[in-house]
Amino acid sequence: MIDFSIILAGFGGQGILSAGKMAAEAALYEGKEVSWFPSYGPEMRGGTANCSVVISDEPIGSPVVNDADVLICLNQPSVEKFESYLKPGGILIIDSSLFTVEPTRTDIKFIPMGASQIATDLGNMAFATISMLGCMSEATGCFSKESFESALYQILPERRHKFIPGNMEAFSKGAEFAK
Amino acid sequence: MAVVFEATKGLTGKPFHYCPGCTHGIIHRLIGEVMCELGILEETVSVASVGCSYNSYEYFACDAVQAAHGRAPAVATGIKRNIKDKFVFTYQGDGDLASIGAAEITHAAARGEKITAFFVNNAVYGMTSGQMAPTTLLGQVTTTSPFGRDASYQGYPINVSELLSNLTGSAYIERVCLTDYKNIQAAKKAIKQAFLAQQANLGFTMVEFLSTCPTNWGKEPLEAMDWLKEKMLPQYPLGVYKGADIDFKKLEADFKAARGGENA
Amino acid sequence: MAEKRVLMKGNEVIAEAALRAGCRNYFGYPITPQTEVMHYMAKKMVQIGGNFVQAESEVAAINMVYGAAAAGFRVMTSSSSPGISLKQEGISYIAGAELPAVVVNIVRAGPGLGGILPAQSDYFQATKGGGHGDYRNIVIAPASVQELYEMTVEAFNLADKYRMLAMIMGDGTLGQMMEPVAFRDVEPIVNVEKPWAASGRNGRAEHNVVTSIYINPDDLEAKNNELKAKYDYIEENEVRFEEINCEDADIVLVAYSTCSRICKNVMKQAAQKGLKVGMLRPITLWPFPHKKINEIAAKSNVKAFLSVELSNGQMVEDVKLAVNGQKPVHFFGRNGGNLPSQKEILDRIIEINENPMGGAL
Repeated sequence: MIDFSIILAGFGGQGILSAGKMAAEAALYEGKEVSWFPSYGPEMRGGTANCSVVISDEPIGSPVVNDADVLICLNQPSVEKFESYLKPGGILIIDSSLFTVEPTRTDIKFIPMGASQIATDLGNMAFATISMLGCMSEATGCFSKESFESALYQILPERRHKFIPGNMEAFSKGAEFAK
Repeated sequence: MAVVFEATKGLTGKPFHYCPGCTHGIIHRLIGEVMCELGILEETVSVASVGCSYNSYEYFACDAVQAAHGRAPAVATGIKRNIKDKFVFTYQGDGDLASIGAAEITHAAARGEKITAFFVNNAVYGMTSGQMAPTTLLGQVTTTSPFGRDASYQGYPINVSELLSNLTGSAYIERVCLTDYKNIQAAKKAIKQAFLAQQANLGFTMVEFLSTCPTNWGKEPLEAMDWLKEKMLPQYPLGVYKGADIDFKKLEADFKAARGGENA
Repeated sequence: MAEKRVLMKGNEVIAEAALRAGCRNYFGYPITPQTEVMHYMAKKMVQIGGNFVQAESEVAAINMVYGAAAAGFRVMTSSSSPGISLKQEGISYIAGAELPAVVVNIVRAGPGLGGILPAQSDYFQATKGGGHGDYRNIVIAPASVQELYEMTVEAFNLADKYRMLAMIMGDGTLGQMMEPVAFRDVEPIVNVEKPWAASGRNGRAEHNVVTSIYINPDDLEAKNNELKAKYDYIEENEVRFEEINCEDADIVLVAYSTCSRICKNVMKQAAQKGLKVGMLRPITLWPFPHKKINEIAAKSNVKAFLSVELSNGQMVEDVKLAVNGQKPVHFFGRNGGNLPSQKEILDRIIEINENPMGGAL
């Protein structure tokens, strides 16, 4: 796999940056090269947030993504801003529990999924982005569910391990949308 | 014949370059004497500043670091944080400390850095030839206040001891002068007290010396002393501005006891 | 067993590297995009009993660095462009007093307050002086988080070895990005004796004085010539670079740090189009790989050079000096916080390949 790239975007506080980090951790667990690069700006809260993640078998050139394989959006402005960054054949995943949008691109695959609904059902809003990572994993194979779970055990402090089964349930429910 | 006075080993013996009638020389000697009397010469680092005393490191026999203009308290901070059981002092003039280095001295005091600032206030820039200083008196003629310092145009003098004594981090601040034997002895005592307070980790310490500048004041040395008494003392009253309640006798006794009386 | 790698931010890795290099002094002032260095130090430095001071200004911070270095201790500060401008006074004094210290510049776009996004527009400042006087700093430009670790450790060793300031030049991209890093053992930490340090005589017969003042012009000239000899030695012995595919390249890119990473991707795309593109990546910006570039320029296969920068053309001046008229030198840069896209660079390469002299500087 050479430079599989992901853009995650939404409002600050939706867990965009940490979702990107978890994707990178899962790929790192598989021994891949990874990079994670955040937007950083003067806004501390409530502004837009996005990050780029690159996964590769080779050393990564640029951590900055202009042509993404996957775009994960948690708000409408992010779709408008980043839709053009998708490669032809790329995948746009949106949280359709929060907003609806029709992509203007016709050369991409569009997966609207009720991520926030999954999170609400499981009682933890942080699971919304996790379910979207599950969808991406299923749709692209960029990292496996098993790696994601193992990475969580590795990076989370022990006191938070009790949340991992919930995370994995969200991951699996998200994966359903890619099938 | 009995020896009644000896040059202190706290100084290197290199002849001073200071002008006749300037009190830098007296202050240097007093600091050198106190370092020897406390037995701390070999564990003290001085920080020289920029101004007439830019090369005070050539005179003090302790280790020394020369600092950029106004930055001596920051440099002293970097040193002292690494040698917490030793002594660090800065030696700064009024332009260096109260003008360009106002931020550094204020924050060193606010942080309660365990350093001592020896602040020489002669109400004028000396080395650069007599410009107005932050401590120049109202009405005082300098090369940059040729019509006399006018408050409506050039603002007011800064009383540094009073200012810094308001900061919780400052532990001991005293203003002294060197106009006669009695005041010189008082100044020496203040130097000693500052080192003792530093050693006891009480916080930031400073001694402000009112000093003469016959050259830039355009006066004879004795005339300059009279001018200091007449003009500077009303603006800059002598006294302990912070730490009047410190029991220095006890600090000194503890200090000597801790050293096994070796320097008593 | 595979080497253990952890995902960390570049800025945090710089701080961790400094701690592993035995640095127990950090003095700084907040500025984006390097604040994570400071945050990391505020916690970890204190936990291991080192000194962390949030200074009242960058000016004070660099002078605390000067003090700690003068007393003989490893010390670091970090900042970003406007803050580094403020530190230039202290940096000049550090050069004059020959003190070892490490300064990190996570460069952002200028001039003035500029922006907070990545740039390489402090190249002149870092490599041509910055402050007053005749002096140099060792300037190292890592291109990955792994290199940030290894080269920060190296910076401490070089600073001690040569009694001078070593600067780590990153940019907002490198500081903010996360990549895996293995804290593998690098060269053993060199612990240089510092008999010149001013930390109390402690039985020494003579007092030590750390100063940059030489009032007598002959003394100062002698001192400056001494510095020059040291700098000459470093230019002979400490140049670091990475050379990729220059053996049969038509076009040679010159790019450092973040730009070199983008250029590596461009090289792959160029190869797919049948273009022969090589790259010389300076790792030390000072000393600059003049000799190496000059040698490459002399090769018959090389048609032209292209300097790619996040500036309006700074390193390209050194490239031209190095090429010394042997081949045309071109420039492509983005600035203001923008990064060049691979396509932009590739398009420029294609133009140059068709007409090597066209638009050359």
